[in-house]
Amino acid sequence: MKKQSSPPLQEPMISEYGLQRRNMLKYIGAGAALMTISNACKKKNSTSGTVNLGSGDVGILNYAYALEQLEAAFYSRVIASPYAGISALEMEYMTDIRNHEVAHREFFKAAITGAAPASIIPSLEVDFSTINFTSRDSVLATAKAFEDLGVSAYNGAGQLLSTTANGTVYLGLAGKIVSVEARHAALIRDLISNGTFADTTDANGLDVPVRTPAQVLDIAKTYIKTKLDASNLPS
Amino acid sequence: MNLQNIISEIEKVDPSINDRLDTRRSAMKQFANISGKIALAAVPLAIASMFNKAYGQTPSTVNDVLNFALTLEYLEAEFYTKIVGSPGYLTAPAVAQAALTKIKNDENAHVAFLKTVLGTNAVAKPNFDFTGNKSIAGGGPFTGYLTNYAVQLAMAQTFEDTGVRAYKGQAGNLQSNKTVLTAALQIHSVEARHASHIRYMRRALDAAIPAGQKPLKPWITLNYSGIEYPPAQANINLSFAGDEVTTQAGVNIVGIGGNSYIDAKAASEAFDEPLTKAEVLTIVNPFIIP
Repeated sequence: MKKQSSPPLQEPMISEYGLQRRNMLKYIGAGAALMTISNACKKKNSTSGTVNLGSGDVGILNYAYALEQLEAAFYSRVIASPYAGISALEMEYMTDIRNHEVAHREFFKAAITGAAPASIIPSLEVDFSTINFTSRDSVLATAKAFEDLGVSAYNGAGQLLSTTANGTVYLGLAGKIVSVEARHAALIRDLISNGTFADTTDANGLDVPVRTPAQVLDIAKTYIKTKLDASNLPS
Repeated sequence: MNLQNIISEIEKVDPSINDRLDTRRSAMKQFANISGKIALAAVPLAIASMFNKAYGQTPSTVNDVLNFALTLEYLEAEFYTKIVGSPGYLTAPAVAQAALTKIKNDENAHVAFLKTVLGTNAVAKPNFDFTGNKSIAGGGPFTGYLTNYAVQLAMAQTFEDTGVRAYKGQAGNLQSNKTVLTAALQIHSVEARHASHIRYMRRALDAAIPAGQKPLKPWITLNYSGIEYPPAQANINLSFAGDEVTTQAGVNIVGIGGNSYIDAKAASEAFDEPLTKAEVLTIVNPFIIP
């Protein structure tokens, strides 16, 4: 195990939110490494070709990482070969969203690698054969599906994170990302039909649906060639 | 790692930390006992568990958060209820009017929902003055908002983005109640959808967006408000302060993964930052008549 270097103590380490972010990763890393060891003992051998997301908080991080991989790959493809007749404004929005999703993907990769290097899932293989990237309708419909799926996934995953200090930090991070996904979802909906940004609310004004990992992955599997096993995730 | 130093730092923001930890001496002793028995790598977890015990969540914490949320929803609901149908609103295109009406309905639904959840513990609706008056004779900095559509949208954006950051800041305080946490997250994402749309509307309007902050995006770029409104600029800026962060959990997001196109703007946009309850109350207090 790597020796942990001491965080600089001349700066305040604790803010009202908890530990200051800069030092957080080391802190998370040490804690999660232990969890990894104990999880590794419990984890069944994965079926060949199947990627097991793992268990506990790190399993949830892997789950989020998988979804961000999907979104980042999708928007990267959109930017590489934009649909016919894309406007400058839409190109600007798609580029921004691509940047955010790649940032999310790379963040999870770095965070999980730092926290539990033995548990991180590999890069997933995507399958976009059902999407017509030359068609605005097809691209925007897929973007809407992905963004709304992401919101429903994060909203459903919050309660699956542990109440440990690490779990609370992960909840905070997921919260920082889900509202950006919701901003994307609203914008994509407005590009399809202006004014439909929040046509996902129920009678209480709550964003619906909230999806479990199993429900999310059942939808996402159309677009992810790699088989994912979510059976060890918290429920 | 120096635990003494960590406690000193917490003390700056929470003077009661030592009471919570019994006394510093016993905390240190407890820590020494723990760390003597377990591997070095587990020490941060031991600290975390010690702080968790000190900051345990009680049902009253959950109710406090819900009442805080309810107060914000009262404010938003009454704001949209006031502007829908107002002279300024009537100058807007039909699609914009429909959007503001939709948001009004959502905010009123949030109020009703939170009141139901809280039952007899729900706080009463404060009286609001949307001119931001409080103590200014003759009306506050937003006087005339009912006749000015651009000002209405600027206020709406500030309220929505503040709401998103406010809910985000409270999620950790709701972990003890999974149902409530999930419902709060469901409101949180709806507020983000609203914020996105209001920003989309404001960009199309192209009014009162500072030249150096164009184009206005559906997401928060750095700490840009995207609003130029000198009478209340300092207060408006508070809603966006701190959102320019480009490091998350110790990971630098700028250029991450070798992707040079992720600049500071993109890195800040990709993550919305929380606000504390105190920060939010400072922002909304000018609109609440004591």
